[in-house]
Order: sequence, then structure tokens, then C-alpha cells
Amino acid sequence: MRTLPASIDDTLTLLQDGNYVADRALATTLFLSLKLGRPLFLEGDAGVGKTEIANVLSRTLGRRLVRLQCYEGLDVASAVYEWNYPAQMVEIRLAEAEGVRDRKQLASDIFSERFLIKRPLLQALEPDTAGAPVLLIDELDRTDEPFEAYLLEVLSDFQITIPEFETVKAKEAPIVIITSNRTREIHDALKRRCYYHWIGYPDAGRELSILNLKVPNAGERLSREVVAFVQSLREQDLFKLPGIAETIDWASALVQLDKLALDPQTVNDTLGVLLKYQDDIARIQGSEAAKILDQVNAELAAVR
Amino acid sequence: MAEDTGRLPDNIMHFGRVLRAAGLPVGPGRVIEAVRAVEAAGIGSREDLYWTLHAVFVNRRDQRELFDQAFHIFWRNPRILEKAMSILLPTFGTEADDAPQASEANRRLADALFPTEKQVAEEKPQEEETLLDAAFTFSAREELKHRDFESMSAEEIEQAKKAIAQMRLPIVDVPTRRFRPNPRGRRVDMRATLRASMRTGGDIIPLKRRSRIRRHPPLVVLCDISGSMSRYSRMFLHFMHAVTNDRDRVHTFVFGTRLTNVTRYLRQKDVDVALADVSEGVQDWSGGTRIGACLHEFNTFWSRRVLGQGALALLITDGLDREGTENLAFEMERLHKSCRRLIWLNPLMRYEKYEAKAAGARQIVPHVDEFRSIHNLESIADLASTLSRSWPRTEEATATTWGAVA
Repeated sequence: MRTLPASIDDTLTLLQDGNYVADRALATTLFLSLKLGRPLFLEGDAGVGKTEIANVLSRTLGRRLVRLQCYEGLDVASAVYEWNYPAQMVEIRLAEAEGVRDRKQLASDIFSERFLIKRPLLQALEPDTAGAPVLLIDELDRTDEPFEAYLLEVLSDFQITIPEFETVKAKEAPIVIITSNRTREIHDALKRRCYYHWIGYPDAGRELSILNLKVPNAGERLSREVVAFVQSLREQDLFKLPGIAETIDWASALVQLDKLALDPQTVNDTLGVLLKYQDDIARIQGSEAAKILDQVNAELAAVR
Repeated sequence: MAEDTGRLPDNIMHFGRVLRAAGLPVGPGRVIEAVRAVEAAGIGSREDLYWTLHAVFVNRRDQRELFDQAFHIFWRNPRILEKAMSILLPTFGTEADDAPQASEANRRLADALFPTEKQVAEEKPQEEETLLDAAFTFSAREELKHRDFESMSAEEIEQAKKAIAQMRLPIVDVPTRRFRPNPRGRRVDMRATLRASMRTGGDIIPLKRRSRIRRHPPLVVLCDISGSMSRYSRMFLHFMHAVTNDRDRVHTFVFGTRLTNVTRYLRQKDVDVALADVSEGVQDWSGGTRIGACLHEFNTFWSRRVLGQGALALLITDGLDREGTENLAFEMERLHKSCRRLIWLNPLMRYEKYEAKAAGARQIVPHVDEFRSIHNLESIADLASTLSRSWPRTEEATATTWGAVA
């Protein structure tokens, strides 16, 4: 278990120890959010490593990870808490059989912690011996506005009001990471309470070090070629550009196929790992892929 | 004005009436409040008076501009006021399109201050203003309904704009995953039930019910503003303004040679200010059309952001594309696949025998769920009734609607 980083450099080291290659901008924002106890709002295209940050933090800091996956219509019952109705019914019947007549007593029995089913947001407010947990609110853009509005109370005061029970307040604020794919704009009121960071695609150098960390058994030449190919693919006019997750997947796939270097046939066969839209694949497959590959090889030869 | 405090309440009252006629919600209560406020604050300076009246009469940010102009015109020497009238008069009643955009709000104020030429000399023209409104009677409206926008006179266009501002677009609601209490709901609300049973100490457990909340899906409007559509596009902007302000989750785009997101401009409540902002923000008015390229831009940069959660898309264009149309079918297909329902509104449909023969139109037709005309008030009203009916999901609808029209 580690303590929270004391400086931006510490934060960078922390992320590195967790096998996460970050740039200084991200480390700065993360440091601020850890230091000042504000949520970190990460936005970026799919597969650039937004969710991974929460995993890395939980691993390196030894905190519990509480994950809330968002979807449209997410409500309090599945995000915050729910009462265990069947058990409550049984309790009422038991009280009846025993002849308990005190209504107040019964009400406080029924609505007690025993019957409370805790969902992620409530779990995140609970004290933990290892320190406050890491709360990951994933793909917030998938929910609708009402839930976003509900989050305002939770994220500014770290407390949740349960009308039948009590107001639960966190002794220590959890480390909150919110991610969004930007399929819809998140309201300013929520963003205002967070530190915002846009995670873009990495440059070739950083992508190579990520690949070396994540797929260590890929050969040096293969890694370089994969990175150069993906980098030039990102300059094409595609509907969905490949993210880092796709680069890693592709490299692992090529390792599984025992490839030491790229060749046009392999690229065509495995393009589905990299591109997820048929139009994009149709555009790149064949001559275009061969062209990019030639270019990549020429560039790499020039460097050597 | 300071030396003659005796007439101040009168003046405030007249000022209030001017504001009301210009569209601000000012009632007698407000006027009394304003008089009290001015008494309390004193009229030390013009600026104090301005902000005192502002505090009482303005309660939304977009009313400020109207208030500002009204204040500066009204609280001046009456001589200057008369001069201002004569300056404003020539622009009044001329063709709408000739007047410069920036003076739209001004013109409305001029309407409020001096509704017709004859009443200019009189002090209180507001009564006649309401009469003028009433002159646009039912039969006139009836006739106007069928008139093509293209053949309307400037005055008729003004009236049509007013009619459009009153229009609402009742989109059919779709069930969401959220619930609300409903005594006739089909599901039992366990939480409410248990809470209710506690009231009787658990002796009686009254069943509380709930049902799904229904909500309209997001609406995305894509409107062509190229040269061939120029007679219509101004009217459509009024339409889009009315729609954008009527509900949340509306996104509005205009395109000619490039795509512009005008949602933010149209959010402005005052229609004149909104349209002035739009014409400032859009650079390709009445130019050529590149439907394919603009749809490509929309699909790449916007579709994932605005078409989520089952959006309904309205495409307003005549389908006359200046550029080659090879990309158009492809982009239309993608647009069609990313929304709940795609409706093509084409002003050319007013001709009874219109067939989608232009190269662009031929590419669009196979990929829309519905094909409607939009060239007069009645067709806009028809559109409203279509949208308020429930419809089958996109996939099934494609073939059926298409056989009949094409």
C-alpha cells in the first residue's frame, strides 16, 4: 500500500509502476485531483486508456476499486441502494406473528442497514481500512441527464440521503474517476466540479513504450512496424480510428500468429482486430494497406 | 425628467406598456412595482434609473437587449423620440429581406412604439397594436395556410412567421427505463408499498403501482440553406427556432457548402436575435450545395454525439446537389442506420407530379423512412401530426412507406 503522491513526478512514477505510460499533462491533472480531493473527468475516444487509470490507481495505491458502469435509464435502485423487499415482507409477517404492535419500532426495524442492498455509489462512501476506495464512473455519457443531476450531490458533498434511513456521509472522500466517450456533452454543472482532461492518441514514441510494456514478447521490429502502421492509419479518413487498445490487441494477435514482421497478407487477414467498421476495412484492405506498409518500411529503413 | 417627478409614474406606465407591446411579460403589477422601486431608489442618475427599471422589468437574459433599446429610445427628450420615430418609420413596412439583420429587434420595437403611420402623432399607440394583431383573422389564416412560401408577399411572410412561432411539434413519446408512481401502472412499486404499509404498522399492505416514464426522443434537424432553397430557408429557420425552443434535446444544423451547428444560436429565445446570430455564424448562405460532403462531415463528427439515444432526424433539402453524388448514397445509408427514423422534407414535393429524378434526390430516396413536402403552413402542420403518431421501428418502415411515394 502506498500513500498518495506528493508531487507531479511522484504521480508519474506511480503510474509507471502500474505499467501505465502517461504524459506530464495527465499526471499533473491526476496529481491535482488526488491532492485536492476533486473528481477527475477523463474524456477521449474509445480505447485510449481512460478506464485503465482507475485500475492502475486502485492497484498501485492498494485501494478497493468500485466500478459503476453507466447505461441509459440507470436509476437509484441499481446505482446507489435498494431495499431488500422480500426480506422486509418476511420481517413484517414475523412481527405480526410475534404480535409486535409498536409501529415505530417496526418501521425502524424494517428500514435498517440489515435490509439495505448497497450499490456502487453507496459502497464507495463506506470506510475502508486500506483508505477510501477508487470510484470509477465509467462512460457517463451513456446515462441520461437525470442521473447526471443526481451525481451532483454525491460528487460535491460525498453524501447520499436515504429518506427512510439516514444521510450517509463519507468520512474520507473516495478517489473519483469519471470517463466519457463524448457521445453526448456532459452538463457544465458536473464538469465544473471536476478536473477535466482530454486523452488523445499517443505519439509514436509513447505508443511504442506502451506496447513494449503491454506486449513484451513482441519482437522489436514487429513492435516498431505495428506502431508506425497504426500511426499512419490514424492519418487516414476513417470513421473510427484505432485506439491504443486496438494496437495492443493487434500486436498480441500477431505474436500469437508467430509473426516477426508485417507483410501485406497478414495485415489484410488481421485488419478486423484493428478496424471495427466494414467501410473502414474495405477502404484500407488490399492496395491501401500495401501502400501504407511500404511507406512504413521505407521510414523505418531510413531511421536505421 | 428628474425635475418633473409628478409625471414620472405616468411615464413609467407608458414605458411598461411599450415593453409589453414589444413582447416582454409586463403587467400592471410590474408597473406598480417599478414605480415603487423608482421611488425607493431615487432618480439620481440615468444609470440608476436604468438598472432600477431593469431589475423590475427584465427577468431573463434574452430580454435585456429589447429592454436596453426601449429604454434608450423612451427615456429621452420627447423631441428626440419624435425624431427617432421619423427615422424608424421608413424601414417599417418594407420587405423583410431588405432590412438589415442587425435592426430586426429595433424594428420590432418600432412596431411596438409606432404600430401604424396614422397613430404616430398620438401618445398611446398600444391599443391599436392589439387590434392589428386581431386583424389576422381565422379566414386570413386559412388562406395563408395553403399559400406557398415562395409566392408570399412580405406582409404575408410576416404573418406566416407569427403562425410558425405558435406551432408545436408533438413528437411521439417513447418509453424510457425510468418509472414514476402511477395508480393504474402495471408494475408494483415495492418501495412505496412498504413505506405505505409502515403507516398502518404492517397490518395492511396497500399495493402501490408505477409505470414507465415516456419521453420524446432527441430531434436532429439538418437544413439546406443553399441558393436553390433560399426562398424557403428563412421560413425554415423560423420553424427550427420554434422547434428548438419548444423542447430539450434538439440539435439543429444548416448546410450549404459546409456544415454549421446552429443549435446554440437558436437557443436564444428572441427570434430576431437568434436569426441575426445565425446569419453571422453561417458563411455559406445561398451558395452551392454539397450534400454528400456535408453529410459526411455530420456522420464523422456529429452523428455519434447527437444521434445517441434513438434520435429522430429531419433532413430538409431539395436534393439538388452541385457536386458529384457518388458519396451521397453511402452517407445517407450511414445516417439512416444511426437514427431511429429519418424524414426527408422537400419543398419541391409541392408539385403533384414531382418525382425524385435529380441525381442527388435519387440517391437520397432509398434511405429515408418518409418523404414529405414542406412548402406551406399546412404541410408543416401535417408534419406535426405525422410525428405525433407512433411509428414502427426504422427497419420495418423502410420498404412499406417507400413503395407508395416513389
